[in-house]
Amino acid sequence: NMLEESGPEWLSEEVKTGTTIIAIEYNGGVVLGSDSRVSAGASVVNRVMNKLSPLHDKIYCALSGSAADAQTIAEIVNYQLDVHSAEIGEDPQVRSAATLVKNISYKYKEELSAHLIVAGWDRREGGQVFATLNGLLTRQPFAVGGSGSSYVYGFVDAEYRKGMTKEECQKFVVNTLTLAMSRDGSSGGVAYIVSIDEHSTEEKVILGNKLPTFYDQ
Amino acid sequence: MEKHYADSQTKGVSTGVSNLYPILLEYVSSKTINKLIQLHDQIFCCIAGSLADAQAITKAAKFHLSFHSVQMENPPLVMAAASVLKELCYKNKEELQAGFITAGWDRKKGPQVYVVSLGGMLISQPFTIAGSGSTFIYGYTDAKYKPNMTREECQQFAINALTLAMGRDNVSGGVVHLVVITEKGVEHVVVPGDKLPKFHDE
Repeated sequence: NMLEESGPEWLSEEVKTGTTIIAIEYNGGVVLGSDSRVSAGASVVNRVMNKLSPLHDKIYCALSGSAADAQTIAEIVNYQLDVHSAEIGEDPQVRSAATLVKNISYKYKEELSAHLIVAGWDRREGGQVFATLNGLLTRQPFAVGGSGSSYVYGFVDAEYRKGMTKEECQKFVVNTLTLAMSRDGSSGGVAYIVSIDEHSTEEKVILGNKLPTFYDQ
Repeated sequence: MEKHYADSQTKGVSTGVSNLYPILLEYVSSKTINKLIQLHDQIFCCIAGSLADAQAITKAAKFHLSFHSVQMENPPLVMAAASVLKELCYKNKEELQAGFITAGWDRKKGPQVYVVSLGGMLISQPFTIAGSGSTFIYGYTDAKYKPNMTREECQQFAINALTLAMGRDNVSGGVVHLVVITEKGVEHVVVPGDKLPKFHDE
């Protein structure tokens, strides 16, 4: 019936984590960052979602794209990694986690629309960042993803230098997220930062009003 | 499709354009096309969108402006140039697909930058970016722009921004053209590919 109301739009729109995600490696560990906005069409259905999901003690992934697809991949890989690390009797390598994510992303690439960045620390190779967009697997010094990432490619290209310290990496991540969140309508809210190194895994939240400010026209 | 960048400072305006590769599907139809069009002595514009539409519009705008300046017996205001472009874009918005950055110097307000978007919106900004490559450098320009930069700082800002955009946008590339407009006149600066700044991935 054409005259009947089909309910508010956001009930029927797909839920996406519009998103800006970033991960960067430094000598001794990695830093991951994400925004916190989840949108369904033009509505924000969650403004405080943590898109940095643990796959293992020292391996995290950053979610982007369809919220359901991304979360499901992360849950499945979390389980697979548990099994795998029990089988080998030690902590899994970051590359193994990334490979498991890649296997799902590639096999179901027609059905899924999510991009996960996998980053963590292991004893063999230290801090590593892997991108798994569309089912590829590539290790990079840093990776950005999500709809907000387009706006900050120039910024990260200009500001990234090899050999940054952990604190410089954290600042780099916060600055990048802030710039992307201010330009991308699908990114916003608070910034979640996770820092992983040999000794600890530290989760932090930076509230909107504590983010750095840049020149605003 | 190409990347444009224009900014202004207290003494002058520099307008930069980078892409020399207009693309028809995957065919590069020309490697040397100038996207900085002179509308009047000290007013330039950069074009974005359909090249054919942009050329037709700027041709009409040039004519209107020169007629206008004869009538007023004074060089036209930058705002007038931008307005002419806006009228054409807005009145014909169904058929046209072109946007412009208009920048220049006039006696009344000094250096100014105006952007006319696809549908015909006209606003004045201290600096602005446009074109397909511009999405990649919103973050960079937001972070690095400061008001009241010197001419050299502005030029370096423009070159850096264009280089970063060219590095990410597959339809922007080649040579960087800059036009620096001040009270004294107009200067054209060309920076070839090998003289562009290198960032970490090179």
